[in-house]
Amino acid sequence: MTSALLEKRKSVGRREFLKTSAAVTSGLCIAAYVPELGASARELAATGPGIFAPNAFLRIAPDDTVTVIVNHSEMGQGVYTSLPMLLNEELEADWSRIKVEAAPVDPSYNHTIYGVQMTGGSSTTPSEWERFRKMGAMARIMLTEAAATKWNVPPESCHVAKGFVIHAESNKKASYASLTEAASQLKPPPNIPLKDPKKFTLIGKATRRLDTPSKINGSAQFGLDVKLPGMLFAVVARPPVFAGRVSKVDSADTLKIAGVRSVEQIPAGVAVIADRYWAAKLGRDKLKIEWEDGENAGLSTTKLTEEFSKTSAAPGTVARKNGDPQGALSSAAKTITAEYDVPYLAHAMMEPLNCVVDLRADSCELWTGTQFETVDRAAAAKVAGLPPEKVKINTTLLGGGFGRRANPASDFIVEAVQVAKVAKAPVKVVWTREDDLAGGWYRPKWHDRFVAGLDAEGNPVAWTHTIVGQSIMAGTAFEPLMVKNGVDSTSVEGAADILYGIPNLQVDLHTPKIGIPVQWWRSVGHSHTGFSVEAFLDEVAHAGKRDPYELRRKLLAKEPRMLAVLDLAAEKAGWGKPLPKGVGRGIATHFSFETYVAQVVEASVEKNGNVKVHRVVCAVDCGRVINPDIVKAQMEGGIIFGLTAALKTEITLENGRVQQKNFHDYQMLRMFESPIIAVHIVPSDVSPTGVGEPSVPPVAPALTNAIFAATGKRVRRLPIRNADLAESNEVKS
Amino acid sequence: MTSFTLNGKSVSVDDDPSTPLLWVIRDSLGLTGTKFGCGMALCGACTVHLGGIAIRSCVAPLSRVSGKHVTTIEGLSADNSHPVQRAWIEIDVPQCGYCQSGQIMSAAVLLKHKPKPTDEDIDQAMSGNICRCGTYQRIRRAIHRAAEISAGAGHSQEKVAQ
Repeated sequence: MTSALLEKRKSVGRREFLKTSAAVTSGLCIAAYVPELGASARELAATGPGIFAPNAFLRIAPDDTVTVIVNHSEMGQGVYTSLPMLLNEELEADWSRIKVEAAPVDPSYNHTIYGVQMTGGSSTTPSEWERFRKMGAMARIMLTEAAATKWNVPPESCHVAKGFVIHAESNKKASYASLTEAASQLKPPPNIPLKDPKKFTLIGKATRRLDTPSKINGSAQFGLDVKLPGMLFAVVARPPVFAGRVSKVDSADTLKIAGVRSVEQIPAGVAVIADRYWAAKLGRDKLKIEWEDGENAGLSTTKLTEEFSKTSAAPGTVARKNGDPQGALSSAAKTITAEYDVPYLAHAMMEPLNCVVDLRADSCELWTGTQFETVDRAAAAKVAGLPPEKVKINTTLLGGGFGRRANPASDFIVEAVQVAKVAKAPVKVVWTREDDLAGGWYRPKWHDRFVAGLDAEGNPVAWTHTIVGQSIMAGTAFEPLMVKNGVDSTSVEGAADILYGIPNLQVDLHTPKIGIPVQWWRSVGHSHTGFSVEAFLDEVAHAGKRDPYELRRKLLAKEPRMLAVLDLAAEKAGWGKPLPKGVGRGIATHFSFETYVAQVVEASVEKNGNVKVHRVVCAVDCGRVINPDIVKAQMEGGIIFGLTAALKTEITLENGRVQQKNFHDYQMLRMFESPIIAVHIVPSDVSPTGVGEPSVPPVAPALTNAIFAATGKRVRRLPIRNADLAESNEVKS
Repeated sequence: MTSFTLNGKSVSVDDDPSTPLLWVIRDSLGLTGTKFGCGMALCGACTVHLGGIAIRSCVAPLSRVSGKHVTTIEGLSADNSHPVQRAWIEIDVPQCGYCQSGQIMSAAVLLKHKPKPTDEDIDQAMSGNICRCGTYQRIRRAIHRAAEISAGAGHSQEKVAQ
């Protein structure tokens, strides 16, 4: 889910990690990395006679279709193209014949690092980089052997190209389709050598996405598009305060709406079940429910902001300590201090949450866009009262995920099965936008307090960073692994592991318990540390009269990969060159999900405080690139996602109630506000690292640093408020 | 019964005339390319054409389209050949793809009225369509490219392989 988790996995070793992963699945027995080659794995892919399914990830049919079975969810990040590219680099089928199918839930499809079937943590390519190539190579070896046997020639004398095995010497050629039957009779090869990367023909090439044609004509199937015979629709009225309960329901007016079948109380709230979505929604509008608000009725984010700031005055539990920060602070030539705030944030995927359930006496079948199949299956099974193997999940395309569709409590899955139990028919549960925004599982609210000590030359020699915010991992099955000595590593990721060489450094953490459900949100802990660390470092640079780019260069002297992206971004952005009047330039770097990113933003501020972002230059080193066009798209998208958080969005609560309703008060960045984005990729031949999230963290600080350069006003809370920057407002810094 | 023309075919439905067109198209007529994002005409995912104008079907009551011509993403072309669709493929615009039906329907109307739109025209015509994946830059490029394709400059300017 997180780069901290990835790190943890590396440090604790596979056994302990898998133990935890198994716990996540509520006792489900997880075979550790089932080799996807056994008979049962082959059955997963095979669908009929004559079909060659050498492993769980591939099926070649006699009609020449090549189906790649993809075990990661497509939520826009391009895995339905990049994973087939990995497989076909070795298989060498005709790329135009490749089709993609979503994998069913099975241990064969578990993430190779996390040990459960899931998509997240910018880790799909790292998980599958080797496996998908092996699965393709295995098939190629078997097809070659089948042809060689048929021609009575040594397999080594054959080669493959575009879906054919070729024996050049005798001018013989056989299509993969013609070899499926024979290849199916063969045993998988004991050794599967992989190509020398120098010989890659597909990996590294900008290749068009396989899913685009279906996404421009309405044929792409998202969860919300699923329709079953006799299917009913449901919407659920949920408590207006988290963990509230229904005390009384008056459904008389609801039941008068044409098409409403029933109103049912379920653990999650009150479900209105109807023939059509619209009837269910109108019916819910007419419900009269008395709620028991419970202990969260007094929650107020205004109060939380004050409390967090007070809490941060004292150090918390130490997450990292180097040298003697307090001593270095007291002997520093100059000290500066600052506090930063970021709000709760909703994921706000364009496709609201939904789930179709067909619950029978001895089976349960789900259709939904999920990032968390193993966990969801276990959760659905528990509610349905069935063993997990009786639960089938059909993963559809996801209309955005950003973490929300990997819910640690499987909230939208559990609720849908609860509805199915009372609907007594196949049912589609639909969330409205209002449901989505008020539904919790937010990026936590954070407060960051910094003190830095500078020497006479303006170099930072001491740095303390106190973080206040809820733990994402607490209360989940990941807690035993991810929360150690009171520190949730995702709360301090991007802060406790900063790459800057500051000799005396302390990062500590306060973890308040608050009744607002929180969750990973695109870039997780980095989404707050990226902002606060890089903005405060800019303050340090200015306090020491140092150029923010040059200071970063000096502090990154021992980090060659970050230094390279920093230099590339600065060079491409023309750092130091004159800008039009009123335009400022800001720079930031961030390391997350094993990937190095640097960005330069050019921005200006209008008299009324309105911020204009003109250009973002982004440099990235994500190891070897599978599809450069997809990497660029992810950088572009992450930058817009990060700018939306910087400029637009916050979830606030008063009297325990979420204040935001829809896109008028939870606004997204739009076309007219979106900057020119230039992405530059550092070529690399090390193993690929994350791409989906790493461009999010640095854009907010690069922007606020640009605003400082343009106006002299320092932004220390997000989202940026026009009033803070209006000309009528005095310079604060 | 309400009758109208959908993608060139006449259809009749017995939904209440106040039902938003979006849900009639999706749930009664089974065309799911038109998407639900907000229900308040704020995001544009539900954009369809009504008599050649882009409208938000999530707030348009069925009664409004009685006797009129409605086009959805499924009716834009039979084979992905509309210049906007061709440009979208060339530039690989979609990520999750959920908002793209609406984006494409808005872009198609823009190009009908302004065959050579400026960046300002694009800002104006497209700012009612949200893309959470952040494909705006590619949408802009693709609209310019679609204008070229429509004007007969069919040869691809784009370098993406295959």
